[in-house]
Amino acid sequence: MDTTSTAAGAPRGRRAHLPRLTRQAPTGPGAVRPDGLRRAPADHWPKYLAISPFYLLFLAFGLIPVVFSLYLAFHRWDGIGGMEYAGLSQFRYLLTDSQFWNSISVTVQIWAMATVPTLFLAMVTAVLMNSAVRFKGFYRVAYFVPSVTSIVAIAIVFGSIFSTEFGLTNAALRAVGLDTVPWLNSPWGIKTAIAALMTWQWVGYNAIIYLAGLQTIPSELYEAARVDGAGPVQSFFRITVPMMRPVILFTLVVSTVTGLQSFSESQVLLASTSNTSNAGGPDNAGQTMVLYFYQQTFDNNDFGYGAAMAWGIFLVVALFAIINWRLVQRRER
Amino acid sequence: MRPTPRTKGSRRNGLALHLILITGMVLSLFPFYWTLVMATNTTGDIFRYPPKLTIGSHFGDNVSKVFDSIDFPGSMLNTFVVAVSVTVLVLFFDSLAAFTFAKFDFPGRRALFVVLMGIFMVPTQLQAIPQFVIMARLGWIGSLTALIVPAAANAFGIFWMRQYMMGAIHDELLDAARLDGCGFFRQYWHVALPVVRPGLAFLGIYTFIASWNDYMWPLIALVNPHNLTLQVALSQLNGVHSTDYSMVMAGALLAMIPLLVVFVLAARHFIADLAKGAVRG
Repeated sequence: MDTTSTAAGAPRGRRAHLPRLTRQAPTGPGAVRPDGLRRAPADHWPKYLAISPFYLLFLAFGLIPVVFSLYLAFHRWDGIGGMEYAGLSQFRYLLTDSQFWNSISVTVQIWAMATVPTLFLAMVTAVLMNSAVRFKGFYRVAYFVPSVTSIVAIAIVFGSIFSTEFGLTNAALRAVGLDTVPWLNSPWGIKTAIAALMTWQWVGYNAIIYLAGLQTIPSELYEAARVDGAGPVQSFFRITVPMMRPVILFTLVVSTVTGLQSFSESQVLLASTSNTSNAGGPDNAGQTMVLYFYQQTFDNNDFGYGAAMAWGIFLVVALFAIINWRLVQRRER
Repeated sequence: MRPTPRTKGSRRNGLALHLILITGMVLSLFPFYWTLVMATNTTGDIFRYPPKLTIGSHFGDNVSKVFDSIDFPGSMLNTFVVAVSVTVLVLFFDSLAAFTFAKFDFPGRRALFVVLMGIFMVPTQLQAIPQFVIMARLGWIGSLTALIVPAAANAFGIFWMRQYMMGAIHDELLDAARLDGCGFFRQYWHVALPVVRPGLAFLGIYTFIASWNDYMWPLIALVNPHNLTLQVALSQLNGVHSTDYSMVMAGALLAMIPLLVVFVLAARHFIADLAKGAVRG
């Protein structure tokens, strides 16, 4: 016991070095070397030097850019000529830009169409894997592979699978005697294709995380429930779901933050279906927020408007993050 | 749920279970097989109805068409240089900073760590424009420097390594090293690093994969069509030759292979570490 519980008073056992992220005190006194603050700051120079690369890089490529993008949002600029002060007009235009509002709704729709099936299928897969005795390691690798594969390559592959004239999906529909669907040429088709791509890519990743969560639930809980006459469905909803809530929220937060900033999926899928690089798909139905931002900024060289839009996107993502945060808070109370 | 004693019924359940899992696995792996099918047939074979579903013999032709259309070896080399440089720099800078945060106290430590966590939240597109402008001023646009330098250290890696080091490096070890006259850097290099090698392996693979697959920033920063990374070159190939499926798929396949090899070799530990990290959070 004494080997694992350090002076920091960290939780004992195998996970002693894995404190929870929430509400921890990273600077708890015992967690650090006792030779700390008594010395003069000048004596600490190797430590400042050691952490400096990150902060210098952040200053140059993180903080200055963020401040600059705020400044830029109040200007008109094509990236080359002089900047012209524009006051609030970029933001005013953003609020009336129906294409921006459309991109918000497109992003949220695709996010919902992808996240709900992803997390559901991931949970089903994890529960099944957890009760499988053999081949577990094999399944884990096979299910995980999509999430480490290049998004560009995947988008190209899905573009061909959902291709309207020659796609595999339509060939399968024809084979069973159904009408074909113009996947990449209709508003709902393109959203479905993108959501299918995201679902395919992230089910395995989330399943692996759920599986790790399931394995931390003590089996005594299930045995007690069985003794009390609970069936598998009941113990799933009464034991598994409540115990897994933090893990489910983690996956929800991750897929919200990444899903709302999706770009590559639609950018690559749409590039192959139209002649202009500026494509948003049929009725702009595949134009996500970040894709629209990219097109306005780097295709149309409208840097000032792009900066204003980046702040708009930031607000939308932050809003969703706060909603997620609220869910976490309610759990902890 | 623990395995129950095997009866006839439970064996049938076990069979059904594996059937479902295998179906899922087939769905998960099918797009890779389909990529292989398309990359080894002609576009005509695929455009037929019913489409050809077996592996063909035209892979060589398709690959040579890819090599004629884009500088594939050059892009692959670029991607490799970027991914290796970023991985090495991230491992060094992140673990050094993580070691400092995990094991030492110094004035401003708490505030600096809060700043670090705050940086997690800054969305990339907010940085994209000014970063592009700064790079242009520095003359880095179009060069690989623009991809390597901003990625050389990151908040995620520092945070992750710090969590790992807090438990993995025992204070007694550092005390002993200090008694032997080891300074700060030698404690890091000779005591900390050997102990946290598994943690470094995870961070290294994670960083390598992320860098290899990165798309949006290289798309913005690499303006010279003859000096691209694999992902950007691939998307260019797709944009220009989107009707020649077989050729584009051969390119996609070649771009996937190195990463899949890295992943499958490292998969066991990598997946376990990643899942543990998420459950902990």
